[in-house]
Amino acid sequence: MVNTLYLAKRIVVATLSVFVIASLVFGMTTALPGSAAEIILGTQQTPEAVEQIEQQMGLDRPLSERYVDYMVGMVTLDWGESLISGEPVTERVIPRLQRTLELAIVAMIMTIITAIPLGIVTASKRDTWIDNLLTGVSYVGISMPSFVSASLLLLLFTTGSLNWFPNGGYTPLTDGFFKWLHHLLLPAIALNFIVFSYVLRQTRSSMIETLESKFIRTARLKGVSERSVLFKHAMRNGLLPTVTVLALNFGWMMGSVVIVEEIFTYPGLGKLIVQAIHQRDLPVLQAAILVPTVTFITSNLLADIIYTLLDPRIELGEK
Amino acid sequence: MATNKSDSTFGDVQVPELVRKLLSSRKVLLGLSILMPVIIISGLGEIVTPFDPLQTHILDKYAAPGGKYVLGTDNLGRDLLSRVIVGGQSSLLLGFSATAFSMVFGVPIGLIAGYMGGRVDEYLMRLMDILMSIPILLLGILILVALPSSLINVIFAIGVVFVPRIGRVTRSATLSVSQEPYVMAAKSRGESTPYILFQEILPNVMAPIVVEASVRVGYAILIGTSLSFLGLGAGPPNADWGYMIATARNHIYETPWFLLWPSLALLLTIMATNLLGDGLNDVLDPRTGGGRL
Repeated sequence: MVNTLYLAKRIVVATLSVFVIASLVFGMTTALPGSAAEIILGTQQTPEAVEQIEQQMGLDRPLSERYVDYMVGMVTLDWGESLISGEPVTERVIPRLQRTLELAIVAMIMTIITAIPLGIVTASKRDTWIDNLLTGVSYVGISMPSFVSASLLLLLFTTGSLNWFPNGGYTPLTDGFFKWLHHLLLPAIALNFIVFSYVLRQTRSSMIETLESKFIRTARLKGVSERSVLFKHAMRNGLLPTVTVLALNFGWMMGSVVIVEEIFTYPGLGKLIVQAIHQRDLPVLQAAILVPTVTFITSNLLADIIYTLLDPRIELGEK
Repeated sequence: MATNKSDSTFGDVQVPELVRKLLSSRKVLLGLSILMPVIIISGLGEIVTPFDPLQTHILDKYAAPGGKYVLGTDNLGRDLLSRVIVGGQSSLLLGFSATAFSMVFGVPIGLIAGYMGGRVDEYLMRLMDILMSIPILLLGILILVALPSSLINVIFAIGVVFVPRIGRVTRSATLSVSQEPYVMAAKSRGESTPYILFQEILPNVMAPIVVEASVRVGYAILIGTSLSFLGLGAGPPNADWGYMIATARNHIYETPWFLLWPSLALLLTIMATNLLGDGLNDVLDPRTGGGRL
C-alpha cells in the first residue's frame, strides 16, 4: 500500500523533471529570438538564408505552437529531421544510445567488480600500506578529468611498445564478444577512472562506519568469523550508500561520454553531441542531450527503488 | 548537530585555534603547498615565464625537455613551460569565479529554503533537484550552445551548474541551525528575515559551505577545462590547459610532452583543491563527506 504510494510519488516527480528539462532544452536552443537560424548559419548569414532556414525549421510559426509540436514530438518519438542530413533524428539517436549504453554498462560493471571489493578491503585493512596506496590512487582518480585520462591511455596503449588496443572505433557485439570488448575496453577504463575512485572512497568510508557500529561488535563477540562479519553482516548495510553513489555516477558518465567518445572516435551519443555542436544541428542536439538526461533520471528512480527494497529501515511513504 | 554546535561553526572556535588546527592537518598542508605555488606562479604570469608564451620558434618545434626550453616546445615551437604557466591563469580564474558565482546565488537559496521550510522549501528544492538531474557536462554544453564562447560565459555556465549543489548543502545546514535558541530569540525580538538569515544563521553554517566551495573549485576547473577541450571554452588568447591538451592531442605522435605537461599541471591543481577540501572537511565538519559529485 504505502509502497505503491511512494513509488507513484517518485514517478510523478521524475516525469515532472523530464517535462521541465525538455522545456529548458527547447527554450535554450529553439526559442532564442531569431538566433536559431543565425546560430546554424554562423558567419555565412544573409537575410535570405536566415529566412529560408527559419521556414525550413518552421521558425516563422508562433512560439506556443512550436512548443506544443516539440513536446508532442518528444513524447511520440517524432524528433524531427536532422538539419544536415535530413534523416529522422530518431534513427540517428537510438542506435547511438544503444552503443553509449554498452560503453556505460561495461564501465559500470568494471566499477562494481573492482571498486566495491577494494573498498571493503581498504576498510578492513585501515591504515595499512594497501589502504594508503589505494587512497592515493583514488585521489589521483577523482582529480583526473576524463579528457586527460583518455588522452593518456591513448598515448600509452595505442602507440609504442604497449600497442595493445585499437585507437578507436566500434564493432558490434554480433561480430564476436572479444572483438567487441577489445574496442570497448580502453574507452570504458577512461570513463571509469573518476567513478571508480568515488565508489572506492564511498565504499571505504561507509564500510568503516558500519564496522564501528554496535551490531558488528556483537557479531564479533559472538565469535562470527571475520570474513563472515565483513561479507555477510557489514556489507549489506555498508553498501547502501554506494548504491546511491553508483546512480549519481551514472549521470556523471552520461556527461563524460561526450569527451571519451570524442577521443576514441566511438560512434555513440557523446560523439553525436560534439558533431551536432560543430554542425549547429539543433534537432539532433536537443534529442542527444535529452535522451541521456532521461536515461539518468530513470536510473536514479531505479536506484531509489532498489535502495528502499534493500533497506528495511526506510519507512516508505509518510515522512 | 543541535547538541554540539561547535563542531560545525566558526562562531565558537577561536580563530588562532582554527588556524592551528588547519595547519596540523596533513591534507590541508599538502593541498596548500601545491596550490599556493601554482596560484602565485600563474598569477605572476609573463613576469616569470622564461619566454613570451605566444612567440613561435619554428626551427625549435617539438623540442624535447631540457636545454634551452626546460619543458620542451609545442608544434609551433612555443616554449611549453611559459604556456603552461600562462594557461593556468584562465583555469584558476575560472575555478574560483565559477565557485563564487554559485555561492552568490546558492547560499541565499539554501538559507531561504532551510529557514522558511514548508512550501517554499519544497518548491525550491524540487527546482534544484530538477537542475541536478541534468548531467553536469551536458548542462554546461547546453548553456554554452545558447551563449557565445568566452571565459565569462564558461564561468556563468559552471556557476549555474553548481548553484543547486551549494544550495542543498546550505539548506541542510540551515535546517538544523534554524531551531537553535539564538535564532528563536532573534525572531521573537522582531528582527527582519534578512537579518536573521545573514547575521544569525549564515555565520553558523559557514563551515559546511566553505568545505563544499573548496571542493567545487577543483570541479569547476575540471569541468571548465573539459568544456574548452570540446572547443566550447575560451579559445586563444585566453587558452587554458583544456585548450592546450585539445591541441596537443593532434600531436601526440610527434611529442608526448606537449600533452603531458598541461595534463600534469591540471591534475596537480585539481588534486590540491581536493586535498584541501578533504582536510577542511576533517577539521571543520567531520561527520560528512565522501561521494560528492
